[in-house]
Amino acid sequence: MTTLTVYDTPRAKPATGFWTRDRKAGAVFLVLGVLATVLFTGLARSGAGARFVWGVSSVGAGLSIPAKAGAAIFGVVCALCGAALLTGRAERWLRWLAGLALVTLVLSFLCWQVAGQAMPLGSMAQATVKAALPLVFGALCGVLCERSAVINVAIEGQLLTGAFMAALVGTVAASAWAGLVAAALGGVFIALLLAVLAIRYLVDQVVLGVVLNVLALGLTGFLFTQLMQQHGDKYNFPPTFPAWHIPGLASIPIIGPALFQSNIFGYLAIVLVIVVHFALFHTRWGLRTRAVGEHPTAADTVGINVRGTRYRNVLLGGVIAGIGGASLTIGDVGSFTNNMTNGRGFIALAALIFGRWSPIGATMAALLFGFTTALAGYLPLVGSTIPSEFLNMLPYAATIVAVAGLVGRVRAPAADGQPYVKG
Amino acid sequence: MTAQTRPAEEAERAERPPEGGRARRALRAVASANAVTLTVLAVVLALVLGAILIVLGNDRVLAEYGYFFAQPGTTLGDSWQIVTDAYGNLFRGAVFDPSALSGAIAGTNSWNLVFYPISETLTYTAPLIFTGLSVALAFRSGLFNIGGHGQVIFGCIGGALVGFALPLPPVLHLIAALLGAAVGGGLIGMIAGVLKARTGAHEVIVTIMLNNIAFWFLQWIITKPGVHNPARSDAISKDVLGSARLPGLGSGLRADLGVVLGVLAAAAVAWLLNRSTEGFELRAVGLNPDAARTAGMSVGRAYILAMTTAGALAGLGGGVIVLGPAVHLTGAVAGTVGFDGITVALLGRGKPWGVVASALLFGALHAGGNRMQQSSHVAIDLVTVVQAVIVIFIAAPALVTAIFRLRATRGVSASLAKGW
Repeated sequence: MTTLTVYDTPRAKPATGFWTRDRKAGAVFLVLGVLATVLFTGLARSGAGARFVWGVSSVGAGLSIPAKAGAAIFGVVCALCGAALLTGRAERWLRWLAGLALVTLVLSFLCWQVAGQAMPLGSMAQATVKAALPLVFGALCGVLCERSAVINVAIEGQLLTGAFMAALVGTVAASAWAGLVAAALGGVFIALLLAVLAIRYLVDQVVLGVVLNVLALGLTGFLFTQLMQQHGDKYNFPPTFPAWHIPGLASIPIIGPALFQSNIFGYLAIVLVIVVHFALFHTRWGLRTRAVGEHPTAADTVGINVRGTRYRNVLLGGVIAGIGGASLTIGDVGSFTNNMTNGRGFIALAALIFGRWSPIGATMAALLFGFTTALAGYLPLVGSTIPSEFLNMLPYAATIVAVAGLVGRVRAPAADGQPYVKG
Repeated sequence: MTAQTRPAEEAERAERPPEGGRARRALRAVASANAVTLTVLAVVLALVLGAILIVLGNDRVLAEYGYFFAQPGTTLGDSWQIVTDAYGNLFRGAVFDPSALSGAIAGTNSWNLVFYPISETLTYTAPLIFTGLSVALAFRSGLFNIGGHGQVIFGCIGGALVGFALPLPPVLHLIAALLGAAVGGGLIGMIAGVLKARTGAHEVIVTIMLNNIAFWFLQWIITKPGVHNPARSDAISKDVLGSARLPGLGSGLRADLGVVLGVLAAAAVAWLLNRSTEGFELRAVGLNPDAARTAGMSVGRAYILAMTTAGALAGLGGGVIVLGPAVHLTGAVAGTVGFDGITVALLGRGKPWGVVASALLFGALHAGGNRMQQSSHVAIDLVTVVQAVIVIFIAAPALVTAIFRLRATRGVSASLAKGW
């Protein structure tokens, strides 16, 4: 996360001293686990059970856990995972133990919160995926741009332009498919500005991204107020994509409704994550992209067109982010509202960093952030005492913790943000 | 011409006074890409683009373009008419309304109406000066402070809390409330500075995240007892006490002492950057952290100092809002001044007095945009587009030359084009 050049980071630097990455994570989880055990068990209503229902409604088959015992057990498991990591012997299991610790921590929390109530896991998963969808598209756009060393802070603007264009063109052409194409073009428009100004005119990419966000916000806001607000049926009434149920798969408990009852955007996201992951790590294009992002001079020496690769990736990212924006309008509510992305592009950026610039990691981070959104929507319904505002802060706080290297350090592609000038 | 002879020739050309008379020299100065020419051209280009948008955003005239060749004269005439009407109202709302002056002379309206546009412009300028200075100060120290929004929010909260919960005698109360605003913004700015200095966490990411955390914190705190106004059912705080409000510059006008404080702050920042030891260190760190470290300066300390000061400045911007026109906290009290500060600082090229000038321009655009929206039914979002376009035009050529110059001496510098 620093401005080190490639020469400053020779190999994977071995962690020095006692406080290695897994020990730090272990200490954090140990403390959190103990806190959870004490706090959540103490606060949970005694005698009440927390009921987790598999389906989308709060009645039906499910699992009842005694709230106090559940909060205690899950808290202890979390603490044990932390302790195991703290010993420093479980380094190779870091990923699994950290994941288990996180899940049990959340479960312990839920046992306390859901006590005496029911939580429909199916609809929670659905809400999670729905909230994560634009983030996944945005983060994939970020992966393409930043792996080839163009910082993209304009994801927010691309999502917004995509959402707007989908609604506008979808309405005028009376076709959701036309809206989808227009959304991709809208994303490409912002991406083109980013690419030309960053790659050709060498403008600072972070500054540029911020200004492009302002531009997108102003353009869409202006045309929204002028055209859509006054003539809604003429400009802001696009057809939406229907949901496609996949027979069999759609009735899987919990994940069925979330993954296999969605519309085209849900399936597109799944396909794109797999394709981008495979392409990035298993194809010639991916190798070149990563080479350009890590060491453009070396890439140029072996004959890779550095600028061309960057242009292509940034524009491709624009297509993906534009489609992600469309998922908010023609994939969901069916109309555009001013500033409707509302910072999702920045969370996508956070997911990208949290997921360490990898497609799968970014998707996982997006789902994690989507889950906190779903939780923030659900908890007030069961009369939680936790203010939903604080749950909404979670993704941002988690990202700060991640970039500050408090739990492991994240490292951007080495040449990220540096324009390439031949010579 | 070979590469060896080129630098010598260039040096010679630079020493030679330009040929021709004074008029031709002046013309050449205008034609070369100096700062003023570039700014004026950027503004003109942005307004032309805005004019195209005005036509695009007018349903009636847009329909006329459908049968353009049947009556091109009418279509173009109508387009011209809506554009001039919109920009006319933009000017009348920002600077001066001739009809108000003639009315005042004839005695049909008060003289207040003559000064009303200027007062509105200054009202919007005041917080922009502070947020622009905040971003500019960080820029000069090699940091990009996108956290203006969050810092303004915490400034608003700090200022408002002192403003309504801490009764003090009049002048003292205002000073205390402004201090509260500066402390609120300074603390949130310091977080980013400390994380940057200690862990290397990129300030852009941290400040973006803090913006959102600040936003949700504001939504939470305005509904809490003690802060929430019990007489209202919506999410709104108590009013700032009269003793903590900024005194107005004229009766019946919204402009207040805030803009004067802004100019004073610009002077203070100019002094800090150009005349003080701390400022020298900040600039040195901004230009080349490695060299600054080698010279014995503490880069981490400079980062913390820069972000804390930047946060305090943006926080004061929030204080100027909440102790001035806003009076109480709402969910959207900070508006967009935090983000606008970035464009203000870029247009002002990171110089304190440039920031004041560009804040005045953007404040005028905002004030005029309100009038344009009411009278010409052209949405104020047009002003946002114009701002962004101005900055894009400014940023490209200026930074290109800057980067090229730096490349010639020591490679692509970390202070201008840096990674995460």
